[in-house]
This record gives sequence, C-alpha cells and structure tokens, in this order.
Amino acid sequence: MAGNERVDVLIIGSGASGAAVAWSLAETKMRILCLEQGDWVKPTDFPSNGRDWEARRFGDFEIRPNLRGRDTDYPVNDDNSLMKVANFNGVGGGTIIYTAHWPRLHPSDFKVKSLDGVADDWPIDYWALERFYEENDRMMGASGLPGDPGVPPRHPPMPPIPLGRTGAVYAQAMNRLGWHWWPSDTTIATTPYDGRAQCINLGHCTPGCAQGAKASTDITYWPLALRAGVELRTRCRVREIVTDEHGMAAGAIYYDAEGREHFQPAEVVIMACNGVGTPRLLLNSASARFPNGLANSSGLVGRNLMLHPWPVVSGYVEEEMDGARAPITSMWSKQFYETDPARDFVRGYTLQFGRGAGPVTEAIGSTAAGHLPWGRGHHGIYRQLLNPRASIGVACDDLPEEHNRVTLDPELKDSNGIPAPRIDYAISENTRRMMEHGIARAEEIMAAAGATRVHTSRTVLNYPGHLLGTARMGTDPERSVVNEWGRSHDVKNLFIVDGSVFVTGGGVNPTSTIQAVALYIADQMKQRLANLFD
Amino acid sequence: MSATLSPAEMDHLGEIAGAMIPASADLRMPAADDPVILDDIAKSVGRDLALVREAIAAILKMANGAFAGLDQDAKEALINDYHARGGAPAEALGRAILAAYYRDDRVLVALGQEARSPFPKGHVVEPRDWSLLDAVRHRAPFWRDDRMTGTGER
Repeated sequence: MAGNERVDVLIIGSGASGAAVAWSLAETKMRILCLEQGDWVKPTDFPSNGRDWEARRFGDFEIRPNLRGRDTDYPVNDDNSLMKVANFNGVGGGTIIYTAHWPRLHPSDFKVKSLDGVADDWPIDYWALERFYEENDRMMGASGLPGDPGVPPRHPPMPPIPLGRTGAVYAQAMNRLGWHWWPSDTTIATTPYDGRAQCINLGHCTPGCAQGAKASTDITYWPLALRAGVELRTRCRVREIVTDEHGMAAGAIYYDAEGREHFQPAEVVIMACNGVGTPRLLLNSASARFPNGLANSSGLVGRNLMLHPWPVVSGYVEEEMDGARAPITSMWSKQFYETDPARDFVRGYTLQFGRGAGPVTEAIGSTAAGHLPWGRGHHGIYRQLLNPRASIGVACDDLPEEHNRVTLDPELKDSNGIPAPRIDYAISENTRRMMEHGIARAEEIMAAAGATRVHTSRTVLNYPGHLLGTARMGTDPERSVVNEWGRSHDVKNLFIVDGSVFVTGGGVNPTSTIQAVALYIADQMKQRLANLFD
Repeated sequence: MSATLSPAEMDHLGEIAGAMIPASADLRMPAADDPVILDDIAKSVGRDLALVREAIAAILKMANGAFAGLDQDAKEALINDYHARGGAPAEALGRAILAAYYRDDRVLVALGQEARSPFPKGHVVEPRDWSLLDAVRHRAPFWRDDRMTGTGER
C-alpha cells in the first residue's frame, strides 16, 4: 500500500459541505487535502450543449446513481424504499445536479420537540446559523426578493429569477385563493456575479449549467479554496477510516483511479460524503475497537434517514407556459409550512411551483402517466400537452424514525469491492397525512388556475429524496453521533459536516442549510484550534 | 450478445416504432420508423439495449411472431396493452423512441419549436408584472418565531 505525506486536515467529499468547510478552514494555513471519488465536470460536458440535452437527463446526468451508472458512482440497494437515492459523484457533488432552489430551514424546524412535541430539538438554533446562511448566500451567489412574510429576513445579493408566464398563472391562482406565495430564492445568477455569467435560461438547471450561472461548488468555493492552498485529489475513493491505538482517527485508506490502495495519514478527518455516503463509510470502518462501525457507540449511525417525500400535482392550463425554457423553479408558498393544530398532522410543507417540461420529458412523462397514447391518437393529444403544463411539488417535512436507515448490503459492492449501502425506508403516517393535505391544496390551486387533466404522482419519476439525518448532532452521546459543533462523541478528531448531522429535515431543499452548518462547524473548529481534541 | 441491434432486430424495431408513432401528413410529422429517426434510436439506445431487446421480444411474442402482419388497429391495441402493464423494458423502449423522435428537426419545427441545443443562445423568459405580489407583500410575518414568549415578547 502506498503511503502518503501526513496532512493536518483530510476532507472526504468535495460537494456542498466539503467545499464550504475547505474554503473556511483554508485561512488557518493548515495543510488541507480533500479526496473526491469523481472527476471535475467541464462546462462543455453539460447536456445543454447538445441536441440530446433531454435524453441525457435519463443517462449520464440522471440524478439517481443506480440509473446513471458512471464508473465514478457506487451502487445503492434502495429496493426497500419508495423514495430513491439521488447524488452526484464529482467535484461539486450534489450541487452539480441540484435544482438550485434555495430555501432555508425555518426557526421552528430546529425546535420540533419543544414546539410540537415530536422528534428532537437540534442542539443549535436557526439564529446560531443565521450569519452562516448569509455568508453562504454571498459565497454561492443567491438570488431572491427580500420582504417575504413567510420566512425570516434574508438578504440575497441578486434579484429574483423572472416570474415568467408560468409564474404569473400560479400567482393569479394563489391570489384568488388568498394564499401566500413568493418568488423562490435560488442560486442562479440573475446578474453577472463574482466572475459568473448571468442566467440565459438554458432550461432546467438539474443536469448542470453550461453557462455557469447556476452555483455549484466547483465554480464557487473550490477556485477560492484551491487558490488558498487546499489540495483536491479526484478519482480517490475512500474505503475506510483507520484509527490508532488511542482510538483517534489516523487517516483513511483509499483507491486511486488505477485501483491502487493508498493510506492517507491525517491529524483531523472531516466527513462530507452526504447522508448515505457518510454512514456507509463509518460502518465500513468497523474494527476490533469499534465493532459496530466508527463513531457508533450510540447505535445511531445510519438511523433516522430522512428523504423528503415529494408528491407532485400536475395539470394543463389553457395558455402556453414557460415549458423547459427557464429554470424549473419559479416560486414557493409557505402557507402550510408551520404546524396548525386544526390539521391531523404536525409540521408542514412548502409548495414549490415548477415551470414545465421539454418536448422529450413531456412525452416520456405523459406516456408514463397514461395520458399520451401510442398510435394514431398520439400526435393530437401531444399537441395539447406540450407547454401548457403546470406542476406543483409538495416538499414534506419528514420526521426522523430510527427504522429508516442506511446499513451495509451483505452482497452488493462497488467497483473497488467496497460494500454498498442498503436503504430501508418507509413513509410515516404523519407524513402520509401531510402529503394528502398538500396534494389536496395543490389540486385547489390547479382548479383556481383553470387546469385540466390534473393528476398526482405520490412518488415521482426523477424526484428522489434528499439524504439527511444518519449521523445526527446532539449533546447526549447516547442519542446522537456528533456533538453540537460536529465532532464525533467517540472519536475526538473526527468531524461530520454534511446532511447526516441534521436532527430534522424541514420541508425544504436542504443545501443552503447543509452549507450553513458546514460553515458553522468550520468556524467552531477555528475558534477551538488550541483545544480541538479536549 | 451483440452490442448493437441486429438487422433483424432493427426491422422489428422499425415495425413497432412506426406503429407507436405513425406519420401524420396533416401535421407534417414523420413516423418514428423514419430512417433518420430509427438510426438515431439505434445509436442512442446505449445502456438500455438489453431492455429494448427484451421489449421487442415481448411484443413479438404477444403477436405470435407476426406483429408486422397485424393491421394498425391491432398493433396499437397490442402496444398500448403492453405499455400499460408497465415494467422496465416497456419504459426503456418508449424512452428510446421518444428521446430520438422529439429531437428530430422536422418534428420540432412542426411543433413550432426551435431545433437547436439550449446553449449558447438560451431563451427569453418574460419578467411579467411583480405587482401581482402586492396582495402578499403587506401580510404580517407569519413564520413561527421560536424566540417569542407566550406573551408575544422576545
């Protein structure tokens, strides 16, 4: 096995959290190395460069690794879950293929036990993260409109994405109903920003942005971190974290692109591998001293997986909408976000208003839904479906439950022979009631917009789950994996900064909170450098 | 097993694709068995090749090996029945045909779409009127402030 020079800080994973923590720690002048199992993605690689831009969303830019099947991906056994795993393995991680929708958790999400008597409170609150949310908005480049009465004050540095035809139809419907709506915050540059060109509406942002207008960490945090001296090594797949005779993390064993095994020694190890990759690696790091996996004295590594069930209600209005000619996000509604004692469930959801679909996606989606027949009737029906589509997503709060979990599959392995993760996940009764409530409200909005052919997908093609909660933070070592500033209770030089540490998931896309938490943990580390392991 | 569809498989695929999306002279739409489109399907089937083969075989079996001899009504009934049963092969066959068909220049032009990649030209999205937001702007904040006490004070 090849031995490498010792580094001060080893970060595993270069996505949303790994990039943010690397950039933040760079000012310490410590020797920092990040290992990433994927590659850099070039602007010319993205589908919007070619005529097959839609088909590639079902191929090499599919958001589900099991279908994408790149050689940089690892398989996931998610057969026992209606919700499928989404990720991307490359510099930038999931920010390469996210929608760039940029809501924050609400203050109440951090205190669900105190406020609603369910699950657990976080050991930190919204206000401890607020300045890191703001810093992250500046670093990623957020666009939005201040003044939303549905969320705490925030100050996005760029104006919001345009309302468009689709947004105007939704807005009129929401005003008829008297319900809250607001243009979504996004990380899409609506003006030239920090070296990035502004959005020219290449279509849905999910399969990456050839223009570079969508913020992904390969073009936001990483250039600055690299310039500050951080080293980023691609095509390095970590197998396990090794501990020394004192029970401290000694470094990591990884495979390079040629399959050669290396040992990378480090003073501090930071895990930034997402809510599935991190528990997988901790469980794969079992040893005589840590027989149930590393950092797992609580038995909670891999448990409390939250995936955000996300039903989508679609319909067709009379007029032509924006289709796939704009970012998929347009606006949100917080009308039903907070707990209402009059309902038969606790917590709530965000309504997210999508633009529409391109010609291929519309055809595939409509045949799957049974709306578009094969044969001579195909053309006539298709002309009624292309471009007037409206779609509303119901982003449900998904409370933690220990039986929803990540374990190691006894048989499935990746191309390096490393055991793959297995997902066992079921949607709770509370969440199911929430989903049905949200579906009914979305149907009311569709009716107010004059939509016909209204239909619902409860678990939708290409709407897999976010990956949260599998190494939760807390002050009690028996009820959490890391402490209130991200350090493992069991291994005092091991930190976790990704979505694994979430105690609750809220009813929003999680990336802005994942990064705010990562910046918060990095800040805590910097403040405690003199006694980091005490 | 070959990494590409054999000539016989291409013949069967053409028969099936042509029945799934027939030509429409009125709408100026080619059929999915148009040689250019069929060639695109074959070239781009990629990782779905095994599933597409499975779908072709299943459809032929349902037609007792005589799909080409069926009339259009019977072909459509058989294909819609097969597709309604679902399954990965049916989805893969449909996806392969639709992905190639709806990026063909003639098809896009007939649909009033621009036949080009999104980059570098992009699209124009109408800004529309933000006065629609006036109904919401003046609402009092309604997010739940965890710092508030029972008396409404921070």
